[in-house]
Amino acid sequence: MIETLQQRVNGDEALVRRGRYLTTSFLLEVGQTPWLIQIFEGRIVSVTKGPFVMPSSSFALRAPAEEWQKFWSVRPPPGSNDLLALIKRRVLKAEGNLQVFMSHLRYFKEALAKLRAPGVAA
Amino acid sequence: MKARFEPITGRYMHLDLFGRPHRVYVEEAGEGTPLLCLHTAGSDGRQYRGLMNDARVTAKHRVIAFDMPWHGKSSPPSGWHDEEYQLTSAQYTTMILEISAALELDRPILIGCSIGGRIALHLALEHPESFRAIIGLQAGAHVDPYYDLNFLHRADVHGGEVCGAIVSGLVGPDAPDSERWETLWHYMQGGPGVFKGDLYFYKLDGDIRDRVAQIDTRRCPLFLLSGEYDYSCTPEETLAVANSVPGSEVTIMKGLGHFPMSEDPQAFLTHLLPVLEKIGKRCKT
Repeated sequence: MIETLQQRVNGDEALVRRGRYLTTSFLLEVGQTPWLIQIFEGRIVSVTKGPFVMPSSSFALRAPAEEWQKFWSVRPPPGSNDLLALIKRRVLKAEGNLQVFMSHLRYFKEALAKLRAPGVAA
Repeated sequence: MKARFEPITGRYMHLDLFGRPHRVYVEEAGEGTPLLCLHTAGSDGRQYRGLMNDARVTAKHRVIAFDMPWHGKSSPPSGWHDEEYQLTSAQYTTMILEISAALELDRPILIGCSIGGRIALHLALEHPESFRAIIGLQAGAHVDPYYDLNFLHRADVHGGEVCGAIVSGLVGPDAPDSERWETLWHYMQGGPGVFKGDLYFYKLDGDIRDRVAQIDTRRCPLFLLSGEYDYSCTPEETLAVANSVPGSEVTIMKGLGHFPMSEDPQAFLTHLLPVLEKIGKRCKT
């Protein structure tokens, strides 16, 4: 499912436009499985599944698989509906250079919410 | 096309607060029992547009909302450009009492959301005689910081973008898109450092956990309404306040988030109208 992120994000013109000054790579960890996601000017250019030996990224988002599963459900329950809700409950760890993450917070929230069932608002 | 005007009118009030001259924007609609409305951190009085435009509220209530200094159309005081804005419990209390007195309001009903809900608890404790009832929305006794507040005010992160994005998930899932994005737009319009300065009160100075149980609802009725999807002030935190304050009445509003009056006014009114009716009946007897 994670690998569909590229097509889902790049297919949303407005989201790509809002990310036009964003070029970075970040690690998304779903339980024990790491994914390296590379973004160039708002477009996702690659989504690569780990494990990696020495992945370079500007920051990482790490949460247990069951927490991501709730976040990606069609109607997430209270406390699982937003990245900051997960951070508030201390189940999502955001680590690294968070200036990149926070300066494009709307982009990252909406991009990751794209993995919810099709047709559901971000 | 014929224009339509809302029944809301706005004025600028000049008054001294904390020993300095201030220019404060106040808007209102309706007639009857004064209902003084307090907006959330980093936003402004437009959050109460739904109440001011609903005849079920305005037929019996004079609904008044002011923009706190530094917010909305209220100016920061002269000299602001060399200061760091930080809201304290003492300033917030003074501001509400002074503005209420300047408007010559006779024991208004107070309704406040988030930081407004927190100061509502302070006022219920310290100034119950000044209000005929107090309604706390998303009111908790304390919130621990859960992100680095410095990101709200630094030159390499756009303040409007980050403030809107920080709070976007606090809107409930059923909010109509137009009201959701209107609510977020207010956040995106805040001045540099203002949301952060309000959160100084919310997350540090305004902690009332050790005193909240002393609120005496016989002196001023207390109603607590909180949205189910609020992860900033969670339903559990509001229920904790309700459990420690005998006589308080609490409602957890299904599907709503942290900005009930602004994100979904129609859904919110189904919870608020019965409370206003109850307050009206109590005041008659």
